[in-house]
Amino acid sequence: MDLILVNLIDGLVTGLLLFMLSAGLTLIFSMMGVLNFAHASFYMLGAYFAYQISLALGFWMGLLIAPLIVGVMGAGVERYGLRRVHQYGHVPELIFTFGLALLIEELVQFIWGKNQMAYSVPDVLNFTAFAISGNSIPAYKIFMIFISIAIFIGLLYVLTKTRVGMIIQAALSYPRTVEALGHNVPLIFMGVFGVGTALAGVAGVIAGPVLGTFPGMAFVLGSIVFVTIVIGGLGSLWGALVASLLIGWITTFAKSYNIAMSDILNGIGIVTPTDLEDNIFRDLWTVTSPQIADILPYILMVLILIFRPYGLFGKRAA
Amino acid sequence: MKKLTKMGAVSALSLIVGASAAFAENIKIAFIDPLSGPFASTGTNGLHQFEFAVEYMINDKGGVLDGQTMEVVGFDNKTSPKESLIQLQVAIDQGIRYIVQGNSSGVAHALTEAIDKHNRRNPDSRVLFLNYAAVDPALTNENCNFWHFRFDANADIKMDALTDVIAENQDIKDVYIIGQDYSFGKAVSAAANSMLKEKRPDIEVVGDELHPIGKVKDFTPYARKVVQSGADAVITGNWGADMLGLGKSIIENGFEGPIYTYYAAGSGMTAAFGESGKDRIRLIAQGAINPIGSEEARDLYNAFLKKYPEGNIDQSRIFNTIGMLSKAIEQAGTADDVVAVASQLEGMEYDSMWGGTLYMRPQDHQLIQDMHIAVHTNDDIEFDYDQSGFGVKNESTIEMASKDIATSCEMQRPDPS
Repeated sequence: MDLILVNLIDGLVTGLLLFMLSAGLTLIFSMMGVLNFAHASFYMLGAYFAYQISLALGFWMGLLIAPLIVGVMGAGVERYGLRRVHQYGHVPELIFTFGLALLIEELVQFIWGKNQMAYSVPDVLNFTAFAISGNSIPAYKIFMIFISIAIFIGLLYVLTKTRVGMIIQAALSYPRTVEALGHNVPLIFMGVFGVGTALAGVAGVIAGPVLGTFPGMAFVLGSIVFVTIVIGGLGSLWGALVASLLIGWITTFAKSYNIAMSDILNGIGIVTPTDLEDNIFRDLWTVTSPQIADILPYILMVLILIFRPYGLFGKRAA
Repeated sequence: MKKLTKMGAVSALSLIVGASAAFAENIKIAFIDPLSGPFASTGTNGLHQFEFAVEYMINDKGGVLDGQTMEVVGFDNKTSPKESLIQLQVAIDQGIRYIVQGNSSGVAHALTEAIDKHNRRNPDSRVLFLNYAAVDPALTNENCNFWHFRFDANADIKMDALTDVIAENQDIKDVYIIGQDYSFGKAVSAAANSMLKEKRPDIEVVGDELHPIGKVKDFTPYARKVVQSGADAVITGNWGADMLGLGKSIIENGFEGPIYTYYAAGSGMTAAFGESGKDRIRLIAQGAINPIGSEEARDLYNAFLKKYPEGNIDQSRIFNTIGMLSKAIEQAGTADDVVAVASQLEGMEYDSMWGGTLYMRPQDHQLIQDMHIAVHTNDDIEFDYDQSGFGVKNESTIEMASKDIATSCEMQRPDPS
């Protein structure tokens, strides 16, 4: 019972982290209709910048400055890169972001090398917040939860309650009309792209110390972010939140409990074959949930695409 | 017309002779390991150590066989067996006769099988496989062959030494085993289970599991299970980003006991563990770094630091590999006839600068050497890793570890020609 509570907290942390990444990506998608393959690379840049800044000015300045730099870089990429490529259609845009992802990874390796960076949790937060029957919850995780929730609420408020948010939403659906009303739509696009990448930067800053800061960090997280926004529904902020939490909890629980495939198969009435060593389904019978935990989201995505192609909260028909 | 043919044949012949003479001046070694992707740092650091070993130990001292130099050529296999076979073919096509590889036993299995086939079919371009770090025992047991030599201790030998130390520690009652889901992770788990049962029947294995290799983002759920199980010690064969992620997570989430590892040092890991891993993380390895094995090794390490100020010598067996290879080439009197070189490597005894004598067992091509259990600390560290002040310090040494360990290898030697 206690372990369930602990897992709920761990899953929440994973989910919210994923949300910060997918929120930006899903906003950018609904705006430009293009998946930004380089999104996870901005997450990596956030972590590396914050590490570099934290060496000189401490963790907190890193948290403040690094996302700003990443956001400005993102806006620059939109203004001077994507906007030019945009006129040639979606495929060149996809290829552009894909190339950008490779470029950023090489650049990071060029500047910082291929080793793990010693980017660690600040001393102020390096203690155990509380413990549930021997399982300590680090204070840093609580901090991560609060930061993510604050960002979500802030984002939701800006998008739904302010004038800026209304113009953005209008520009997302009817750019021509909004332009005709005298708003600078390209500027809005650039802003949204900048904010989206800055969000990825924040995720990098706070995830770097716990998940490790190394050149492969974008690669490890890259594909799961796309899965998240497909499950949540492309372009939906609420969808991104629900899907992120769902993935966080599914993977956490699958890893925490050793559910064996043989138990499930026995449970539905299939008897374990006696000659298991030679059986062609041996791998299927011996699989356990921690082994496949990280591919469960992909299975979920396939199911969603079959039964609800526009995602959990998606509006546009696929 | 006849004359012309003759002339053509002569010039062609002289071209071939010229080409082989040019080739003979430079002994090339193909390094096939990950230079990109999640394990890039492990691979790149290995490459640097190989390049330096060749430069410092061979080329600066006048080379081998009357002045032939050695050269290490890096091939990126992205830790994929499929990619490795392509790179192997490229290396063979470039006329390279010596292959070194170490990261991932999955790759090593693919390579050793391919090399065995290649050597049987192409007696003129045979290659040797010098394995410096892939430690799945099967490579020197049921899947052994004449072309494969292992310079690291295999997982069973390491576990034998590790369980000797664990068996002496009476505080340890429950042990948790966790590793990456592939041949090596499974070998570690199997060895730990059987050896603990034999040496300390009272120790209970409270957890034994595998996780996907290189794909886990967050190790927290695994760490929770370790803490929940009430284990006194953790054993893991993890390496690269998987080692750091697992170790950090286990410590952060409240585990108090020692973590026995195979590879938790260097490549940024030592700096990232820092204070949190002090006196907690132990690793089993060959080669003594603190205190260092010999004056010669101290000079070499200092020269290495001059070239790579941010580098570590975390795989001292790389220097043994190059040292033993050059000795074998010297004794064989040729670098082109790999059968002769391999025959010299078999049964070779070599005094390592990192301490102790090494012995290449002829029956399975497994190197027998001293094993050390070291602890991650910042006390009494002469050579730290990652410029962090932290490093590994020897706690205990097992001389000529498992030198009589059984092997199921039935070595098939090529016919002498």
